[in-house]
Amino acid sequence: MEMKEKMPITPTTPVPSPSAAISAEAHEEGPSVADDLDVVPEPAFAIDVSHHANIDEAAAHELDAGKEPKMSADKVSVFYGDKQALKDISIKIYDDRVTAFIGPSGCGKSTFLRCLNRMNDTIPSARVTGRIELDNQDITSSAMDVVQLRARVGMVFQKPNPFPKSIFENVAYGPRIHGLASSKSELEGIVESSLKRAGLWDEVKDRLPESGTALSGGQQQRLCIARAIAVDPEVILMDEPCSALDPIATAKIEELIHELRGRYAIAIVTHNMQQAARVSQRTAFFHLGELVEYGKTSAIFTNPRKQRTQDYITGRYG
Amino acid sequence: MQQASGHTLKAFDEDIERLRALISQMGGLAEHAIDEAMRCLVQRDVEGAAQVVQDDKKLDALEIETERRAVQLIALRAPMAGDLRDVVAALKISGVVERIGDYAKNIAKRVPLLENAGKIEPLSLLPEMARIATEMLHNVLDAFVERDAPAAIRVCERDNAVDDFYDSIFRALLTHMMENPHNIGQSAHLLFVAKNLERVGDHATNIAEMVYYAATGEHMADRPGKSPRS
Repeated sequence: MEMKEKMPITPTTPVPSPSAAISAEAHEEGPSVADDLDVVPEPAFAIDVSHHANIDEAAAHELDAGKEPKMSADKVSVFYGDKQALKDISIKIYDDRVTAFIGPSGCGKSTFLRCLNRMNDTIPSARVTGRIELDNQDITSSAMDVVQLRARVGMVFQKPNPFPKSIFENVAYGPRIHGLASSKSELEGIVESSLKRAGLWDEVKDRLPESGTALSGGQQQRLCIARAIAVDPEVILMDEPCSALDPIATAKIEELIHELRGRYAIAIVTHNMQQAARVSQRTAFFHLGELVEYGKTSAIFTNPRKQRTQDYITGRYG
Repeated sequence: MQQASGHTLKAFDEDIERLRALISQMGGLAEHAIDEAMRCLVQRDVEGAAQVVQDDKKLDALEIETERRAVQLIALRAPMAGDLRDVVAALKISGVVERIGDYAKNIAKRVPLLENAGKIEPLSLLPEMARIATEMLHNVLDAFVERDAPAAIRVCERDNAVDDFYDSIFRALLTHMMENPHNIGQSAHLLFVAKNLERVGDHATNIAEMVYYAATGEHMADRPGKSPRS
């Protein structure tokens, strides 16, 4: 950058043209040569920084104070046999908000995600303590109908796992067994709208009778998302939904997550921190079975509060 | 928050270190440029002043190199949190240091125009003012390399001394001009020199704010127990 200032070239003239010098300097620095009070002006409005200054763990949970959580976990611990995989996890998940769970392998993030629709019930040695609520209703009680719960809290897995049936049947299966459609045309309507919401309709509308497994990996994953949303869930859990996909298919899923968040509460487990940063509004960092830090995604990735979070997201864990 | 240890990926550490080294190098050149410009001013060294003007090109080149490396680092390493704040700070600091080099150049350009200024009394105050300003620059860049937020605050607190110097030089030169209109040309040049040095202090203060944010993630103005801005 060059200083554009012209030097007055009349050093011996008793009275040089002051205006030339003043305007040259003013061009660089300010309105007047006598402007010795060149202080930075105070902003015209006061910025309230109290909400992010010296935030602590409790304050992070206060971020969403006043908003009714869709799901809330209170002191949830999970044991596999004698081994404790999760230690007193308390966290809330909200509508129209994506919550990302990040952390190294074995930190418990997937285990926690699976608590939210009781998928851990399928593991005989697993024992869950604490309270998990969906719309203020305890889902861990034996009175809870697990099949109904999983219709309300859908799940998408790491590896696309379409049924070895037609594309149509993959999506129609859920609504049919839950009795959501009273006629064939109504069922067709559900299938079409689900595939549209999953961003897959235009690619498969002419080949609905073909096998779901004939689709590409990215299309299969979107088919699984269509299958999950066909039963009109309230929460969608995603366990590394893009780790088996190429960048373009990943981008499509991320765009889909962005669109779906207006309709559902979404929780996503991902190893890809960039993905967590891109798709989520809240991020929870798990380590060794503990919830280390939870807060706004923008804060976690620019200014985390805990050393362990900082070390993990900057790539300092050996 | 301190960076506890190196990255798992060693090349990442090397990239960040290289960026810091570039900023240090720029800081050294800018400091030297101001020292030299002031020496030439006091000793009427016209040739030396021309060299200061010439050497400013090195700073310009280093700024471009810093920007190139920072952009590359963001693209290839996707820095996060403290790393990201460091890289952004380096990018901004390089621009400010380059500007400080321009002030040194501007002072040097006035040396040939100030042949008779020795008689003007405020000239004796300028070297001391320059010393404080360059010290601020030196200390703030050390603070950047060390991620030392308290040191950055101390730099800001010294800016008042530079401003005070400017005020008294301004008044002295004004008096001088009123007493003898033949001195107006010389006095105006010296006033600009003082103004340039005052701006160096301001820029060092700006860098201190960037260093504080990079090191802590908080803005300096929000820090607890801070006295209201005067």
